[in-house]
Amino acid sequence: MTKVAMTVNGKSVSREVEGRTLLVQFLRDDLRLTGTHVGCDTSQCGACVVHVNGEAVKSCTMFAAEAEGASVTTIEAMANEDGSLNTVQQAFQDYHGLQCGFCTPGMVMSATALLKDNPKPTEQEIREYLEGNICRCTGYHNIIKAIMAASGQEIPAIAAE
Amino acid sequence: MYAFDIERPTSLTDAVTALGREEAQALGGGQTLIPALKQRLAAPSVLVSLAGIAEMKGICMNDAGLLCIGGGTTHGTVAKGAVAHYPGLADLAAHIGDPAVRNRGTIGGSLANNDPSACYPAAALASGVTIVTNTRSIAADDFFEGMFTTALEEGEIITEVKFPIPEASCYIKFEQPASRFALVGVFVAKFAEGVRVAVTGASNNGVFRWTAAETALSANFSVGALDGLSVPAQDMIADLHGTAAYRAHLVAVMAKRAVAAAK
Ligand SMILES: Cc1cc2nc3c(=O)[nH]c(=O)nc-3n(C[C@H](O)[C@H](O)[C@H](O)COP(=O)(O)OP(=O)(O)OC[C@H]3O[C@@H](n4cnc5c(N)ncnc54)[C@H](O)[C@@H]3O)c2cc1C
Ligand code: FES
Ligand code: FES
Repeated sequence: MTKVAMTVNGKSVSREVEGRTLLVQFLRDDLRLTGTHVGCDTSQCGACVVHVNGEAVKSCTMFAAEAEGASVTTIEAMANEDGSLNTVQQAFQDYHGLQCGFCTPGMVMSATALLKDNPKPTEQEIREYLEGNICRCTGYHNIIKAIMAASGQEIPAIAAE
Repeated sequence: MYAFDIERPTSLTDAVTALGREEAQALGGGQTLIPALKQRLAAPSVLVSLAGIAEMKGICMNDAGLLCIGGGTTHGTVAKGAVAHYPGLADLAAHIGDPAVRNRGTIGGSLANNDPSACYPAAALASGVTIVTNTRSIAADDFFEGMFTTALEEGEIITEVKFPIPEASCYIKFEQPASRFALVGVFVAKFAEGVRVAVTGASNNGVFRWTAAETALSANFSVGALDGLSVPAQDMIADLHGTAAYRAHLVAVMAKRAVAAAK
């Protein structure tokens, strides 16, 4: 066991972990932040995406010990201070960007990372950015619309509809 | 996963010492190794994370005009940082996996792993890079020794990769849609001394140079120069994603597309 210390959603935390403890296990099991999901555990689906020092990473494919000293942000920190949904989250609701909601935490974290780098992405850029986020329900179109709306853009007639 | 310890050295010297221990293994971005550990395909007793070693990260041009990329530099950093110097390489890095994979995965990890379907080995071989380790420099032509096999010794660390910059280049991959790895990928690099063509994803022996195409393109750098050329199908990978003949066919198609788009 080794001790790790990091900042999660603005709070300092420290725990004893095994070398093999994944960041997602640390978040879900040790910190009880269960908003971050495990969809595949094989690095494919993106349900586990969180931000580490501002960058989107798959928390099932990083060890907790590698986040020593880092600042980690999860879906639990995305809502506005009064608890209402933030712009990206609200857009997912407004545009039916979720059905079962399993992929949604990862989708919101990826979308947020995209908009930070590229505040007005095109439909194609959004699709490319979400290549590592799999959704089994929505067929993606409404997710794309939600992200276009969250970035203050017109909602296009989506190509494949 | 079997149990192991993690060490996070901050200097190359400490990493080399840590890797000298029995059953120690380097951890780059973990984007290949962690899935392998989950499948219990590896059982190290200690993982030595290279992510905290500042001297192994970053991109710069050296005095000899080579683009030097630290072995611990992520795909995402190369995608942004190499655009101005070597657009063909930056574009390759920008299309590895997805953004989250690119934020963690490193060039050193990709080359050391030498997956037969990985993208970077094609760039390294076509560019004729020099791979610098903690002990020596290895030419790309001597580095790749077949699927998942390289010239690296146990515990040897890729610290830097030095890229000669071609006059024009392009990498085109036919993506395996589920994994986004290359079903077949071809990197074409046109230098003043001649053209180099490297093929990934196709061969049972891993990345290789397509010398017939190199000769034809060195004489005449045009799509038409590849007309009638093909690679033999017998060494090609055959799996549920494609037959050997299909892959052999794709090699020529991807090479033509790469020549057409090279800049
Ligand atoms: C969903 C997904 C999609 C992907 N798509 C692609 C793709 O399209 N194209 C592609 O090329 N790759 C793809 N990859 C693989 C990705 O590029 C990996 O990042 C890369 O292959 C390994 O780099 P790493 O830094 O993550 O290495 P690790 O996984 O940490 O290590 C891999 C191996 O290299 C060794 N190693 C690591 N760093 C060094 C070093 N500096 N010196 C010596 N040995 C070292 C390790 O000991 C280990 O044996 C994908 C991965 C995932 C999860
Ligand atoms: S759970 Fe991490 S990518 Fe699917
Ligand atoms: S909403 Fe169900 S997986 Fe995306």
